[in-house]
Amino acid sequence: MAYPAWFYLPAAVVYGVLFIAPTFASFYFSLTRWSLFDQEFIGFGNFVQFFQEPALVTGLTNTLIYGPITSVAKVVLGLLLALLLTSQIQGRGWLRSVVFFPVLVSTIGVGIMFQALMDPRDGAINRMLGVVGINGPGWLTNPDLALYSVALVDVWKGVGLATVIYIAGLVSIPREYIEAAAVDGASAWQRFWHVTVPLVRPATNTVIILSLIGGLRTFDLIWAMTRGGPGFTSDVIASVIYKQYQAGFYGLSTAGNVVLFVIVSAIVVPLAWWLNRRQVEY
Amino acid sequence: MTLRPTTGHRLLAVAALTPLVVLAGCGGDSDPEGAGSGEEVTEEVDVSFLVSNSESEVQTAEALAEAFNEEHPNITVTIETRPGGSEGDNIVKTRLATGDMTDIFLYNSGSLLQALNPEQTLTPLGDQEFAGRLDDAFVQSASSGDNLYGVPWRTAMGGGILYHIPTYEELGLEIPLTWEEFMENNRVIAEETDKAPVIQTYEETWTSQLFVLADFHNVLAEEPDFAEQYTANEAKYATSDAAIRGFEHLEQVHEEGLQNEDFASAGYADGVRMVATGEGVHYPMITQAIGEITANHPEQANDVGFFAQPGDDPDSNGLTVWSPHAVYLPQSTEGADRDAALMFMDFVASPAGCEAQTEALGQPSGPFAVEGCTLPDDVPQAVKDMQIYFDEGRTSPALEFLSPVKGPALEQITVEVGSGIRSAEDGAALYDEDVRKQAQQLGLEGW
Amino acid sequence: MVTGSPMRRYLLSALTLVVFTAIFVLPFVFVLLQAMKTRQEAALLQFSLPTEVVLWDNIVQVFQARDYMLVTAFINSTILTVASVTLMVVFAAMVGYVLQRRLTRWTGFINFLVLAGLIIPPAVVPTIWVLQGLGLFRTLTGLIFIEVAFGLSFSVLLFRAFMSTIPRQLDEAAVIDGAGPIRTFFQVVFPLMRSVAVTVIVVQSVQVFNDFVHPLYFLPGDENATVQLTLYNFQSQFEAQYNLLFADILLITIPPLLMFIFFNKKIVAGMTAGAVKG
Repeated sequence: MAYPAWFYLPAAVVYGVLFIAPTFASFYFSLTRWSLFDQEFIGFGNFVQFFQEPALVTGLTNTLIYGPITSVAKVVLGLLLALLLTSQIQGRGWLRSVVFFPVLVSTIGVGIMFQALMDPRDGAINRMLGVVGINGPGWLTNPDLALYSVALVDVWKGVGLATVIYIAGLVSIPREYIEAAAVDGASAWQRFWHVTVPLVRPATNTVIILSLIGGLRTFDLIWAMTRGGPGFTSDVIASVIYKQYQAGFYGLSTAGNVVLFVIVSAIVVPLAWWLNRRQVEY
Repeated sequence: MTLRPTTGHRLLAVAALTPLVVLAGCGGDSDPEGAGSGEEVTEEVDVSFLVSNSESEVQTAEALAEAFNEEHPNITVTIETRPGGSEGDNIVKTRLATGDMTDIFLYNSGSLLQALNPEQTLTPLGDQEFAGRLDDAFVQSASSGDNLYGVPWRTAMGGGILYHIPTYEELGLEIPLTWEEFMENNRVIAEETDKAPVIQTYEETWTSQLFVLADFHNVLAEEPDFAEQYTANEAKYATSDAAIRGFEHLEQVHEEGLQNEDFASAGYADGVRMVATGEGVHYPMITQAIGEITANHPEQANDVGFFAQPGDDPDSNGLTVWSPHAVYLPQSTEGADRDAALMFMDFVASPAGCEAQTEALGQPSGPFAVEGCTLPDDVPQAVKDMQIYFDEGRTSPALEFLSPVKGPALEQITVEVGSGIRSAEDGAALYDEDVRKQAQQLGLEGW
Repeated sequence: MVTGSPMRRYLLSALTLVVFTAIFVLPFVFVLLQAMKTRQEAALLQFSLPTEVVLWDNIVQVFQARDYMLVTAFINSTILTVASVTLMVVFAAMVGYVLQRRLTRWTGFINFLVLAGLIIPPAVVPTIWVLQGLGLFRTLTGLIFIEVAFGLSFSVLLFRAFMSTIPRQLDEAAVIDGAGPIRTFFQVVFPLMRSVAVTVIVVQSVQVFNDFVHPLYFLPGDENATVQLTLYNFQSQFEAQYNLLFADILLITIPPLLMFIFFNKKIVAGMTAGAVKG
């Protein structure tokens, strides 16, 4: 037999023990009040807590805002940047590198960097705005704005990956299609909307799914920049999970994990299925 | 850390005495196993000591380790650090629970100690000779059940208002004895100067809790059995007229626009600077900040005074006090390590230990909890101001030393109330909810 | 897509160049400037040239801080990255190979598990519980296996996608020649997968080296910090010492920067190949 099943074994052991087993265990533990020293079965109490306590509900709604907006922004900006960077523009190589590089830098590093840049009084961003006469906002200290500021940095850091995926999609479109459309008299906009967009669909699907998964699970950037603050206003589920873990509420923390699991699956799985089905129609 | 000559001599004198004390009651140093506790250790021993990574804590720990090593050249105390805040709490808890703790570690006394399950994880110290040297209030807050588990680290601290003396003199203000007088002072400052009347520093969220926590002396004045009822799930912040006052103070200060403009992004170091230089006039803080002031702004050290957070009744004016943190010995530390660790703890709880800590800190920020440890004569003004409350007996312990119940999210809630995101009432209710989770987790009766 | 007169194109290019450089490069320049300044000057957070360049002093200080914690951290991160990526590549290549070649009624289920690994957020506390049971919590070994477990899915997808471009005849020929499965795989197939293996190595190295969340949960404590955790620890410790904080950022950005300079094409090609085809 050239393809022995035991080739699965090493991967299966590691994956099974450290990923699948804890995932199943989490369903049980989420129903307990669990401290380091003992655990007690309490039914759905943790979930009730999760959907009742305002500080936890904020995390839930913020996750549902953060995931989609970063994902959409990456799709739109990624495609536009990719179009620009596959055009006849000078210095393409440099530009591609420059846009992609933040993808490779540590999230914590980026977070600290922007925390300094976004300082309401001394930060470079507000100083520059000040020069043109704009009184810059408290990017990370204004409770209505903090989450969006972090999302902005997330897009800054992640748009390079989307761009690169789109570039790969664009260059694989046979030039004849676009030329044929041009010959038929289609305007630039029509060519873009009716030829390019449908043909980069696989890339779009990838970008949507990848960035949505990343966005819904996001933790490190938020933690580095705001710690969920001011107060609870920029908490997401992942940061709530961490805070409950820190506080020693392991059952509640695990319930948060289950909630996140359900949310990610409930959004991503049907979406992926739907996107793939539409892809076939073209 | 270089020691001044005088201190060196004193240290030597104590060094000569301490081993005698330790050796008393055991047969000598010939037994390499070190079966008894506190026995002199002859082989090379390394005692690992976990402290938080704050600069002053590490410095103090290093100074103590060094001074101790001079007396006991065969024992080296190695400092390990962990993050501060709830992150560090978590590390301490997990390491204890997994039997993976350092030989000794530094941690809060009071309710946070209770959350460590001391009966299961720590070694009782009540029968040690040094236990007799400790202050009663400290012993209470570092005990669980009937057992003492820690030796005091640094000094007790008061929670109240640090204020800028020159501004007070300039404007002819008096130390407020009621909250109304305090607010009146704030309004005068706001009108007459461009200084910030109240300094708030929410970049570091823990600093936002002071108005609530330091109000506890006033809560007790009105409701003397609040702590017991609170532990028994009968009194709540949201429903007690006295207890909710702290949240209301926070709200009021924000609503009247009395905070520094950058309250949301300023940090603890900024707050210390502002009150030292007079950019701001009142900084609600624990007196630990005095150390920071003398270290970073030595010229202004005596420009900063201190008063207790005022309540409603001038006659019951007094100070809310925090017991010192403590050094603990986990049950996982055994044999020679345990003996060496006990000797180090004995040193920490001795006048020589206090000396070494004072040396490292610049200034103590309150009275020591060890018999024979005295404050130097040249303490900064704020420490003198605080000492008066102790001398006159106008102090109460903070709630966390009277009740094991303390919610983990108070600092985020107080940031919200102090920033106008959440009302005082909502904040207090939310904190009650937070506390409920903690009490259930601890398995307390009646929750 | 941009057409029109050369002049217009030239102007547009220049403009784009300036705007992009400002948005994507200036923040990094800021890091460099901050890292060069004295403590007092860095505290102002100004975007300005340092009046006095003390970059080297700052770097030395960062390395010395906390008893050379950063040195330990670089050693830990290197071990972590090398070990976990090696295991990941070997394990994932084996899976990708069999998964693509041998269709059974299990194939669908295995594919499902692989995808699940991409989507499902790991359950943190239960994972700690498992690690404790194995005696691997707070150990570098434990963290290495954690990284392997969480990185497998993506790696398998890349390998599986690449396998479909390798003609089946090649491994069948090897089998006919009498080679066993191990020899067939390691001597015939694996060398052919070299290019995708390099991609996986580069992408996952960056991933693991930059990982913050998993060390935070599974390897807490200063004594076995990874580089990302030093940054996090210094963030609270160097409250007012932005020069040191940014010197640290600068230092830990160097490894990915080198990766990028040498493997730019590989990273991009691999990430997109895997992403688009997978």
